[in-house]
Amino acid sequence: MGWFSRFLTSSIGQKLIMSLTGLFLILFLMVHLAGNLQLLADDGGHSFNVYADFMAHNGLIQFVSKGNFFFIVLHAVLGISLWLRNRAARGGQKYAVTNVRAVNTHPGFAKNMAVLGVIVFVFILIHLYQFWLQMKLDNVALVSYEGGAELSDLYEKVKIAFLNPMFVIFYVVSMAVIAFHLWHGFQSAFQSLGLNHKKYTPIIQFLGKVYAILVPLGFAIIPIIFYLKNS
Amino acid sequence: MKLRLKVWRQKSANDKGYFEDHTLEANEHMSFLEMMDVMNEELIQQKKEPVAFEHDCREGICGACSLVINGQPHGPMQGTTTCQLHMRHFNDGDTIHIEPYRANAFPVIKDLVVDRSSFDRIIQAGGYISVSTGQAEDGNAIPINRNDSSLAFDAATCIGCAACVAACPNASAMLFTSAKVSHLALLPQGKVEASRRALKMVNQMDEEGFGRCSNITACEAECPKGISIDNIARMNREYLSASLVGEEK
Ligand code: HEM
Ligand code: FES
Repeated sequence: MGWFSRFLTSSIGQKLIMSLTGLFLILFLMVHLAGNLQLLADDGGHSFNVYADFMAHNGLIQFVSKGNFFFIVLHAVLGISLWLRNRAARGGQKYAVTNVRAVNTHPGFAKNMAVLGVIVFVFILIHLYQFWLQMKLDNVALVSYEGGAELSDLYEKVKIAFLNPMFVIFYVVSMAVIAFHLWHGFQSAFQSLGLNHKKYTPIIQFLGKVYAILVPLGFAIIPIIFYLKNS
Repeated sequence: MKLRLKVWRQKSANDKGYFEDHTLEANEHMSFLEMMDVMNEELIQQKKEPVAFEHDCREGICGACSLVINGQPHGPMQGTTTCQLHMRHFNDGDTIHIEPYRANAFPVIKDLVVDRSSFDRIIQAGGYISVSTGQAEDGNAIPINRNDSSLAFDAATCIGCAACVAACPNASAMLFTSAKVSHLALLPQGKVEASRRALKMVNQMDEEGFGRCSNITACEAECPKGISIDNIARMNREYLSASLVGEEK
């Protein structure tokens, strides 16, 4: 196993882990958004609660979700350790004047991936506490539609949370941070894997920007609409 | 033109460095290094220690000159080395910060001179091809795809000046190492040892204490030879396949 641990601790091996975990999280966000957009259906939360119930009780989904937790932690821990190592590599004496330019990415976002990532991580913790943990602890009221089985009324939980304008602002700002992280991260993940090609790289760069705008925007719009509709 | 220079002075690797102020009357036709020569002549006349800086060819081909000028390796112009930078790109009355490359893997020797021998050790680890002695082969006997030879040549224009490390917020040496890996891996003579080369050079690069690439691309933006990060992707491919699929351990 000597060669394998050497590979995983090498600079390029660690890039591979960052990139694969990052791409997994990118896929996860798309699925998560598709589910969440049901919150906007005008049915008092019926379709969203049915969906949430399905997600909470499907074995495969639960298995993937364990993997998701693991990947978030792995991505975050490795990301922070790379950040510390890279800061140390500059040496004790920093430049008095810095002026970072970049090609096809935003130098400010690219250079501060870990800072953006840590903010995202804090967001994830608060977000999980607010919804996921309350589901797990059965702190969610039950509801049934047209005499059907009782479901946790997660919709109601979301509605109450977003009556608070501070939460709305917190969610919107966090989504902006995810957008910045992915503005660089999306295309960076492909470059790390060595997937750079004259024909496809421009397409990846374009899709990355589209994703980095649309997906966080899709998430951010939910608390805003809930606030405007219910407060 | 009148300039205010803030020049990094440092006696040795273990001494603390500081910025020293100089005011200088320069002429816009001078190169940046000629401007530094004028400053040093003034220092010598005042019986002061001249500022140590590196240079050799002064025509942009050897990679000896360095310097971080107002936060940019080789100064504000793209695609030029410090020796090719002219004072006409500055304005009368400018303040110019002149710092050495700063990276753990490049300890300061004196003032603006840093020890870049970590680059030599990366080359020694695998930046070569093995050729049997004897009669020289006919150069045209091996067919080489035109596109590959152009890409190899683009990578080979790297002069090893280390501006990529100086520019990288992570002090990573991926652009340099990847230019050398790519240059050889693209050609039939280099393909033979490509796998081992990628493993050894990346290994040595990691051991020297350079930072790790975050694809920030500051290296490409500052490279006086315009070496592209496509080479980094190629090195990643070479390294991934050598590590995961190759037989070498
Ligand atoms: C949980 C907190 C997070 C932290 C601390 C974090 C940190 C980082 C850091 C430091 C990098 C740069 C890696 C490098 O220098 O090689 C990075 C890259 C990346 N991150 Fe995150 N991140 C976090 C969350 C996320 C999330 C939620 C996503 C996806 C939605 C994501 C997607 C990516 C992608 C795609 C990359 C590019 C990988 C590469 O450069 O190869 N990150 N992240
Ligand atoms: S002195 Fe040779 S490249 Fe500048």
